[in-house]
Amino acid sequence: MRPGDRIFKNLTTGAGVFVVALIGLIGVFLIVQAIPALKANELNFLTARTWQTGDPNHLRFGILDLLLVTIYTSLLALIIAMPISLGIALFLTQYAPRRLARPFAYVVDLLAAVPSIIFGLWGILVFAPKLAPIAEWLNKNLGFIPIFGSGNVYPNFQGTIFTAGVVLAVMLLPIITSLSREVFERTPTAQIEGALALGATRWEVIRTTVLPFGKSGYIGASMLGLGRALGETIALTVILYIPAGKTFGWSLNDGGATFASQIAANYAEFNNPRSAGAYIASGLVLFVLTFAVNLAGRSIIGERKAD
Amino acid sequence: MTSTLSETERLASPPAFQQVSPGRKAKNALATVLVWLSFLIAVAPLVWVLFTVISNGVKRIPYTNWWSQDFGSVLSDEVGGGALHAIIGTLEQGLMCAIISVPLGLLVAVYLVEYGRGTRLARITTFMVDILSGVPSIVAALFIYALWITTLGLPRSGFAVSLALVLLMIPVVVRSAEEMLRIVPDDLREASYALGVPKWKTIMKIVLPTALSGIISGIMMALARVMGETAPLLVLVGYSAYTNWDLFSNNQASLPLLMNNERATNSMEPGSVGFDRIWGAALTLVLIIALINLIATVVSRMVAPKKK
Repeated sequence: MRPGDRIFKNLTTGAGVFVVALIGLIGVFLIVQAIPALKANELNFLTARTWQTGDPNHLRFGILDLLLVTIYTSLLALIIAMPISLGIALFLTQYAPRRLARPFAYVVDLLAAVPSIIFGLWGILVFAPKLAPIAEWLNKNLGFIPIFGSGNVYPNFQGTIFTAGVVLAVMLLPIITSLSREVFERTPTAQIEGALALGATRWEVIRTTVLPFGKSGYIGASMLGLGRALGETIALTVILYIPAGKTFGWSLNDGGATFASQIAANYAEFNNPRSAGAYIASGLVLFVLTFAVNLAGRSIIGERKAD
Repeated sequence: MTSTLSETERLASPPAFQQVSPGRKAKNALATVLVWLSFLIAVAPLVWVLFTVISNGVKRIPYTNWWSQDFGSVLSDEVGGGALHAIIGTLEQGLMCAIISVPLGLLVAVYLVEYGRGTRLARITTFMVDILSGVPSIVAALFIYALWITTLGLPRSGFAVSLALVLLMIPVVVRSAEEMLRIVPDDLREASYALGVPKWKTIMKIVLPTALSGIISGIMMALARVMGETAPLLVLVGYSAYTNWDLFSNNQASLPLLMNNERATNSMEPGSVGFDRIWGAALTLVLIIALINLIATVVSRMVAPKKK
């Protein structure tokens, strides 16, 4: 091999190895930094609901509330976003006039280009006041169901998990849509034409060919959307109101903090390594969580591609 | 006579599925309505967000001092001043991030397409790039904090932010460059080898230039995305209302950080100074992102391979 080739090959391979190593490095550095704070923690890290890290000599922190709020908000967003994304993906692949399908897809992708802080500020300053009457109505009429009950930020219906979930759902639409669209587009034409030849309506064609073909891809795409929701930081920091001294109680009208929003909201405490360690420990849990969800999503989509 | 003629014109048997039962028709109509509706549901917030940003943002940005001054000399609730300090920070941090992640990302893409095809390491790399693209920005920020600030003992700075953004930008650059390199026809490579050109030179002179236009637009999209990131800014650099050109020391503002700072310190009453500043900064950010995309389109058209 010529020297130029050897150098170039090693250089590119090195870059590949570096990227592989990055994920490991992230894990290692977070663990190393989290250990001192975890050792000094006076509460159980996994089951406690308090978060008092202001005094580095008396660290009292647990992630249970963060974990619950993170998952609750993300699942709410996913439940809203999944059917709408499915509809958009079907619209773009099966319903939109062919000449317009591309520009329409571009419009949906534009949603992904809006910086998340803009979504956050729009969410709390503009959208939340419009959404509050709906939350209030649900609370008044269906309040006996715990999830619509008066939460811990009552009577404020704005900085709640409900608002956060709806805004987050909007942010997930482009991700789930673009991945599902790719899968739906690859539905074998022969199957579609076969269904049409049998006299199926357009909806029946979709139900019998497109959906079964794209199902796993759509589920994989939703998992990746969930991964994104779990890690979304600034939009939730801006929207979610953190009620002092109150814990999460399964109501959509609760406030609270997710892993990411808790870290971002308390950046001031990063002035001493002990307190920072507590946040790094919670960041580590978030890392593991998103890693697992992305892993699952990717392997579902990967299987699809291998066919 | 006329009756026999119509007899011959009639089909032997009517089409079997001429009639669709009302139930099936209704289901089909319902599905059509729902699918159209979901598209409109997606477009509505986009239009609403853009309308909010533009209608509230235009109050500040037409004035020259918005583009030529910082907030250092005005009080936090005083009308006036500009976002120059934040624009400088956004551009510097984004540029530094691109300087690091573009070569790195391109090397990885070249490895995946040219050298690693089908190998185990290439599969692992592709997989890790996918995983990296799912790492939340706040986790990237914590990693750089643990590495740069705690372990190496270096100060919080705009450069630390750039490093965190690199983690977010690399996977996007790799994926888009990989895609572009893959569609370069093998005939081109083989023709070059046949002339005795070494592989590395073939890649540098033939493959990369052919794919360049697509790679550039991918890079610009990635850059636009990281410029709007906020989470790493909170952990890795402090806000300053004064212009700071130095990427390596002291606090440095950027547009998202400016917005977050105004939100945290100022009244958010519509029409108040803080409110106007936030949407002014938001519109500036959107304009910068749009401008970068426009440049990307123009440049990639210019370097695109000529078609006969």
